[in-house]
Amino acid sequence: MGNDTKHSRRSFLGKSAVIAGTALAGAGVGGRAGAEPLPIPPTAQQPGRPIPATAYGTPSKFESHVVRRRTDVFVNRQNWSDWSMTPLQHQHGIVTPTGLIFERHHAGIPDIDPAMHKLVIHGLVKQPLVFSMSDLMRYPSVSKFHFLECSGNTLADWTKAASTTVQQTHGLLSCAQWTGLPVSWLLDEAGLGPGATWVLFEGADGSNHTRSIPLDKVMDDALLVYAQNGEMLRPEQGYPLRVFIPGWEGNVSVKWLRRIKVGDQPWHFRSETARYTDPMPDGKWRQFSFLMECKSVITRPSGGMKLERPGLHEIQGFAWSGRGRITAVDVSVDGGKNWQPATLEEPVIDKCLTRFRHRWSWDGRPAVIQSRAVDSTGYVQPTVPDIMKARAIAGFVQHHNGIFPWSVSASGEVRNAIA
Amino acid sequence: MRSRELVLAVAVALIVAACAAPTASRLPERPRVGFGQPISEADLAAWNIDVRTPDGLGLPPGRGTVAQGKAVYEAKCVACHGPEAKGGSMYGTMVGGIGSFKTNARVLTPGSMYPYAPILFDYVRRAMPMDRPLTMTADEVYAVAAYILHLNGLVPADAVMDQSSLPKVQMPNRDGFIPDDRPDTSAVRCMRDCK
Repeated sequence: MGNDTKHSRRSFLGKSAVIAGTALAGAGVGGRAGAEPLPIPPTAQQPGRPIPATAYGTPSKFESHVVRRRTDVFVNRQNWSDWSMTPLQHQHGIVTPTGLIFERHHAGIPDIDPAMHKLVIHGLVKQPLVFSMSDLMRYPSVSKFHFLECSGNTLADWTKAASTTVQQTHGLLSCAQWTGLPVSWLLDEAGLGPGATWVLFEGADGSNHTRSIPLDKVMDDALLVYAQNGEMLRPEQGYPLRVFIPGWEGNVSVKWLRRIKVGDQPWHFRSETARYTDPMPDGKWRQFSFLMECKSVITRPSGGMKLERPGLHEIQGFAWSGRGRITAVDVSVDGGKNWQPATLEEPVIDKCLTRFRHRWSWDGRPAVIQSRAVDSTGYVQPTVPDIMKARAIAGFVQHHNGIFPWSVSASGEVRNAIA
Repeated sequence: MRSRELVLAVAVALIVAACAAPTASRLPERPRVGFGQPISEADLAAWNIDVRTPDGLGLPPGRGTVAQGKAVYEAKCVACHGPEAKGGSMYGTMVGGIGSFKTNARVLTPGSMYPYAPILFDYVRRAMPMDRPLTMTADEVYAVAAYILHLNGLVPADAVMDQSSLPKVQMPNRDGFIPDDRPDTSAVRCMRDCK
């Protein structure tokens, strides 16, 4: 309602006696005094920037703090084999804006001309095949919403609160709509040979990154992806072609894909023996631990934020599972003693970020808030102590899907409370 | 709405639902045509760089000694990995750590971690040196593998690595891996007075 109450009242009362009964109770006829009279904003008294003839739109200059960032726990001494993290605390829907999707590269970001790019399929197939990008884009396409999470997400925060913000504890996580075609179509076209059970995917980047994937998973739901959130892949996301393996650790969704080879056993590359394996208590290493298990985190309020005053605060967060759909998320505001079901916001999609919301009335006293997700297999997100009963957790260990608490101080400061 | 109209509306709704465009959460069927072009294994040989590391299938001809490997290392590797592979300006040690995995101070090196020695050849060829990957000759890669294995005490100073000898090197972590047996937790959904 306008602040010119005299004008507002006169014109309003003159209209009709029929609605006067309700109108008189409304704010338009008076209401409480505001703190300051509202001036006309200068943007309303002049034209804005002219529309450029051609442009790729970018966020408001007032949102320049919403960017990918590196970990705040340690500093890599080079930035080719490095990573950057998604600002989940600023993500309002389930789709991560494309320029904010996390990065993990092993030898930097290549700039590949799609007119020169080729994909080859060979090995245990009846006929090796080569495809240009235009060949691949002639096939019918399919689009799927799925999360992508690095196996190393949250690895600095098992037994001590090392990271500050949810970007740095959980930002090796993003979600997008991926467009391409099933890998199974091309394997069927080449014709699988006898004994085919594993598939090698290799990138055209400077690390020539390679992983071995079981054929069953590839035939089930792996995609050859060339687009993401409606546009061609960004260079840092594998332009012009990557494989996408839903629900599995991001490292297997090989970017800049140039080669698929079919075999009768895994290759046991460095990236699946010396790396991307999990230490176990008896000196052993768990290998081919591809699946990203059910996990959730509160993104608002989260580490580094401050609650300005007691009262209503909507607790928001994400839940996801590599095994299927999220069926429930519970929220505790008392350190895990009591839990209440949060509201899951539609759409709730298989192997995709799911938004949960919970209305919390903060009483101004110290609190510990956390979320716990359940997936369609009945798996309940564990605590870190639950996980430590089964695995050797010392140092930077991957596949951390533990419940993640944030503490809220009496002055409203929110901090990492994992330990 | 009268009951007859209600019945009609429900019937129409059901028919509309039944006739709606097909939707599927599963992936669609493959089209009857394909657009791949045949290629021979010979024509893609330059791309066929993988080594199946347990038995060394894919290792190329060539050979290298520990002494040759030291020279290659000092020319192409030492800047990042440091003298004698003990750690340098960019990366930590590539020597030692054998026997450390039953402690909480695990040291991960090619010597302690790789279950199969041909991993050294595969990885060094495809990814090293970081500023010029896939440029070393097979002889250079075999030589660097010999040198790193020797620094880890796994081959003698006079060792020669080639497609026959490299897969035979016994790595201490050969039996160090177990398959994924998750889920390995069984949390319950307690709601009241938990813990």
